[in-house]
Amino acid sequence: MAERILTVDNLKIDIPVPAGMLHAVQGVSFKVDRGETLCIVGESGCGKSLTSLAIMDLLPTKAIRTATKLELDNQNVLGIKEDKMADIRGNRMGMIFQEPMTSLNPAYTIGNQMEETLMRHRRASREEARNRAVFLLEKVGITAARSRLRQYPHQLSGGLRQRVMIAMTLMCGPDLIIADEPTTALDVTIQAQILLLLAELQKEFDMGLILITHDLGVVARVADRVAVMYAGQIVEQGSAKQVFENPTHPYTQGLLECIPIPGKTARGSHLGSIPGIVPSLIGEMHCCHFADRCSYVSELCHSAPVDFQTGHTDAHDYRCVLSPKQCAENLKQEVSK
Amino acid sequence: MSGSMIQTKDATKTFMISSGFFQGKRPLHAVNGVNLTVSQGEVVALVGESGCGKTTLAKMILGLEPLTSGGIEVNGKPLAGQNHVDVAKILQPIFQDPYSSLNPRKSIGSIITLPLKVQGDPNPDTWRHRAEEMMEMVGLPRRVFQNYPSQLSGGQRQRVAIARALINRPRVVICDEPTSALDVSVQSQILNLLQDLRSELNLTYVIISHNLAVVEHIATKVAVMYLGRIVEEADTETLFTKPQHPYTEALLSSVLTPDPNLGVPDTHLGAAYPNPVEPPSGCTFHPRCARVMDHCSVAMPPTISTLDGQVECHIYDNTNGLTV
Repeated sequence: MAERILTVDNLKIDIPVPAGMLHAVQGVSFKVDRGETLCIVGESGCGKSLTSLAIMDLLPTKAIRTATKLELDNQNVLGIKEDKMADIRGNRMGMIFQEPMTSLNPAYTIGNQMEETLMRHRRASREEARNRAVFLLEKVGITAARSRLRQYPHQLSGGLRQRVMIAMTLMCGPDLIIADEPTTALDVTIQAQILLLLAELQKEFDMGLILITHDLGVVARVADRVAVMYAGQIVEQGSAKQVFENPTHPYTQGLLECIPIPGKTARGSHLGSIPGIVPSLIGEMHCCHFADRCSYVSELCHSAPVDFQTGHTDAHDYRCVLSPKQCAENLKQEVSK
Repeated sequence: MSGSMIQTKDATKTFMISSGFFQGKRPLHAVNGVNLTVSQGEVVALVGESGCGKTTLAKMILGLEPLTSGGIEVNGKPLAGQNHVDVAKILQPIFQDPYSSLNPRKSIGSIITLPLKVQGDPNPDTWRHRAEEMMEMVGLPRRVFQNYPSQLSGGQRQRVAIARALINRPRVVICDEPTSALDVSVQSQILNLLQDLRSELNLTYVIISHNLAVVEHIATKVAVMYLGRIVEEADTETLFTKPQHPYTEALLSSVLTPDPNLGVPDTHLGAAYPNPVEPPSGCTFHPRCARVMDHCSVAMPPTISTLDGQVECHIYDNTNGLTV
């Protein structure tokens, strides 16, 4: 039994907007173990980035966060004071953002920014902090690490900057890393290198990793568990094998049909598509969020909110009124189309 | 399938880059002697990492970037000296980001009809009708004619960009990363639309993309660029099944198909992308090449013709320029 590192239970994020209340995240629950990679996948606006910011308590001030449980390493981090949270953030959990140019401070050297983390959280001397920084820069594959410390972010390429970001989050040896689209701004060749690096470091430092992305290829290759989000809810959750080999929710099935796969999809053929647009999340919704775009919609979907079906298969949950058998039938039809 | 729509002959673009206050300017060869032929009805994809010159090449073809040397012919006539308005009748661009490529202060209707205005179309009273026809073709509801870009979703905006590009019935459309700013479900809609329009309007596409899965799906011919040169060019089928150049191999291995049984591949591209101001000697790819040989760092590889394209690599030196 692996050690649980993060428990999120019934997380909700509401944002007041002029038109009413925007329910951006509506009851999201998941768990991450030490050494486990959870991928949260979904399209823009589904609430995946807000979820990650909520865990770090970095939401915009007007956003309202509620949850029944939010525990890091079995310690409650919900409603604790900001100075306490600041001790945890960057120390016990680190975050890697999409665009390293905007998340690194252009006015300070790499060394300055890396050393600061350790000095702030561990009261280390500058000498100790510098040694740790050099050690980690070498770990992430940066050559001539000691001289890099004197460089500014703009002097590095995109791939190098993302490596620096990763090294920086490792400074205090965190229990959990949240990476929000860490490779989206990078070239495909560099993307593979960075993903490989993240996976290696995660094993070596035995951390939990939450990877947030819209790229299904990335998810399939690195995830242990996958949570598919749509319009503020998790619609399907399971192991990578379960979700990719037996996608059950109509949205997951649709998404997988949308992407061309070299060698599988017939060249020049029509790709699958999901008709319609994402529903507005302002105001209450008392139906399945995907109902308007679903090919298998029925009366039942519009009459009441749809909850998870559990217990059919081991730890593979999905939010749909259809039985697993029906879903498997649908998938066969989708593929044959 | 005949007649070349676009032909570049040793097309070269060199930027002079300032390298500091007291130092002089240094040349950056963004596009370095590119020979590319795009025939009527083809879908040619330009692929490569950022900074390889694919966007610069597209701008040169569109006449937005003057050539340093070499030449480009569009529809059999040299591009240099031709009027922009005349070129625009044949070539139209679609850009990556539909959030910045549409003027936020203009209504959708006036964005789509602007090319007609610029071309001096003689019947202004038919413009609205033609725009609506075009909107229907790209799947935009007529009611958005009076709306503004900010009122549309990303996918709808890209449809507006496509409608604007096609209203004058060009023969070639240059698409610079047409779907990379879009969500996957929207990306598939736009790709389907581009395919449909191609057969309906008999279009030729030049597509720039870093998404090789998309390229494999839509392109008929692929040109792989590295540091301003085309290092391999072949039919899509051949390129994806039998890549010749080690760089193409590395690029293909970095494609992440959604298969949970496979891990992250090791592309064996050790060093980072080189600084284009100081390109490596000999074959510019040699510092990252998994199959590097002694003379790779000394001599530029020759261009070798293959069955359906070309490759630039010393591995094929001993084939005497015969088919590989």
